[in-house]
Amino acid sequence: MLRLMSLMLLLALPAQAEEEIILGLSQTEIDITATFVGSEILLFGAIRRDAPVPDGNLGIIVTVAGPETPVTVRRKERRFGIWVNVDDVQIAAAPSFYAVASSADLSKVLRPSEDLINRITIPQVVREVGTNVLDSQSFARALVRIRAGNDQYQRLEGAVAISRDTLFQTRIQMPANLTEGIYLARIFLTRDGDVVDEYVTSIPVKKVGMERWLYNLAHENAFLYGLMSLAIAIAAGWSASAVFGFLRR
Amino acid sequence: MQIYLPIAEVSVNAFLLLGLGGIVGILSGMFGVGGGFLMTPLLFFIGIPPAVAVATEANQIVASSFSGVLAHLKRKTVDLRMGTVLLIGGLAGAALGVIVFNYLRSLGQVDLLVKLCYVVFLGIIGALMFIESLNAIRKSKKSGGRPTRRKHTWLHNLPFKVKFRVSGLYISVIPPLIVGVLVGILAAIMGVGGGFIMVPAMIYLLGMPTKVVVGTSLFQIIFVTAFTTMLHATTNFTVDIVLAVLLLVGGVIGAQIGTRIGVKMKAEQLRIWLAIMVLAVCFKLGLDLLIQPIELYSLGEGGH
Repeated sequence: MLRLMSLMLLLALPAQAEEEIILGLSQTEIDITATFVGSEILLFGAIRRDAPVPDGNLGIIVTVAGPETPVTVRRKERRFGIWVNVDDVQIAAAPSFYAVASSADLSKVLRPSEDLINRITIPQVVREVGTNVLDSQSFARALVRIRAGNDQYQRLEGAVAISRDTLFQTRIQMPANLTEGIYLARIFLTRDGDVVDEYVTSIPVKKVGMERWLYNLAHENAFLYGLMSLAIAIAAGWSASAVFGFLRR
Repeated sequence: MQIYLPIAEVSVNAFLLLGLGGIVGILSGMFGVGGGFLMTPLLFFIGIPPAVAVATEANQIVASSFSGVLAHLKRKTVDLRMGTVLLIGGLAGAALGVIVFNYLRSLGQVDLLVKLCYVVFLGIIGALMFIESLNAIRKSKKSGGRPTRRKHTWLHNLPFKVKFRVSGLYISVIPPLIVGVLVGILAAIMGVGGGFIMVPAMIYLLGMPTKVVVGTSLFQIIFVTAFTTMLHATTNFTVDIVLAVLLLVGGVIGAQIGTRIGVKMKAEQLRIWLAIMVLAVCFKLGLDLLIQPIELYSLGEGGH
């Protein structure tokens, strides 16, 4: 009802943007269970228009970002014949997961100035803080390279399919080493590289069932959790000994 | 079969972990080492965060050592009195070691220090044991296994003498206490049970028979690692119980098999194999320090 009213309100007003994104998700949240092996989410939607199709090259960019945390990047150098960590750079915030999918090459559907404002491509989402290390750029690049190697950062150019200039869809593969938190999905509609409309929605990723219970116990009742770990260890050690003793007889 | 670990927050293959636990468990039962110095680097390698690997490994060692000790108790190859003396020294040393560790961490470069510690200690212990047991094997082949008489040194003139019947020793409690403290300090700094230092120390410094050494070492490792597990669980919340269970199921079975293999082997053979294993790990860690790594950069938790 509310949606309908706001829609009517939008229709009554002179439309600010001629085109608007409407989005659907294959799942509204991701549950991490004991047998979690990663998850694929399907993002699909349509472009709503009140006017005839405007001119300009149409582009859709979809990003999914995990929670941001600070990261320390260290670099090894050779000192006294052995390789040791020498310089380190603090990255103020880097998402634990980031995927950017687009309908064509990013250089074609996104202007660099728009990228800077909306922080869409991977280098834009890794923020450094001022350091006294000369080539701090290479530290940020190293962070991106390492995380891309683990599928934590994904650049999926051409992965968004558009049909009849109206419907679009893309699939994003979330890896198994996912951390908990609120993940943000952003969809950008561009014309000739300028962002015309943006849609943001959140996808909570959380542990459920036994995973949730153990995690809570470990943090809220650490002493009990420690004793439980030891009890399991002792019981396992004893039962193995008993079983083998029995087998020998 | 993939399993998601609730504390480590990574998904791992359950059978891989069972297998790793089993192999390290066999070595543990054979040599009286907890296996931490082998397992911890292996866990790093499969992508478990270092803090979780170290803490969880301590918990797994409790299980495999307990399983091993029970097997040794049946054979009466555990010197409980000696074990208790070593343990008292060990716990005091571990507490001291934690203080030293925190001081070093405030200076930075603690990772490097731990690695250098590993290389130096593994190298020295491995080399000494290798040479000694090689000589022992040669000697036993020549003269048909004549037992060598223990020398009477200044160690035997210290006060507070106690009879360690199982080990066949009548010595002062001071040397075992000092050994315990030193091993405890190193164990806390290096994040291991300390078996691979304790076993040679008992053989060469205290003159205990090799057969008794393994069970006695395992006995004191149980308590040191249980202490470490509780410390990690309550201060860092880094013990992953699911990871621990997967490792210890393999570990306790391995320890039982290992103990049976160990009993059938000759003492010199047992020592030479332990020496080779220690040297191999030392060599690998040394190479890592000397050869240029493929990825020069590494990621750590934010903040100092």
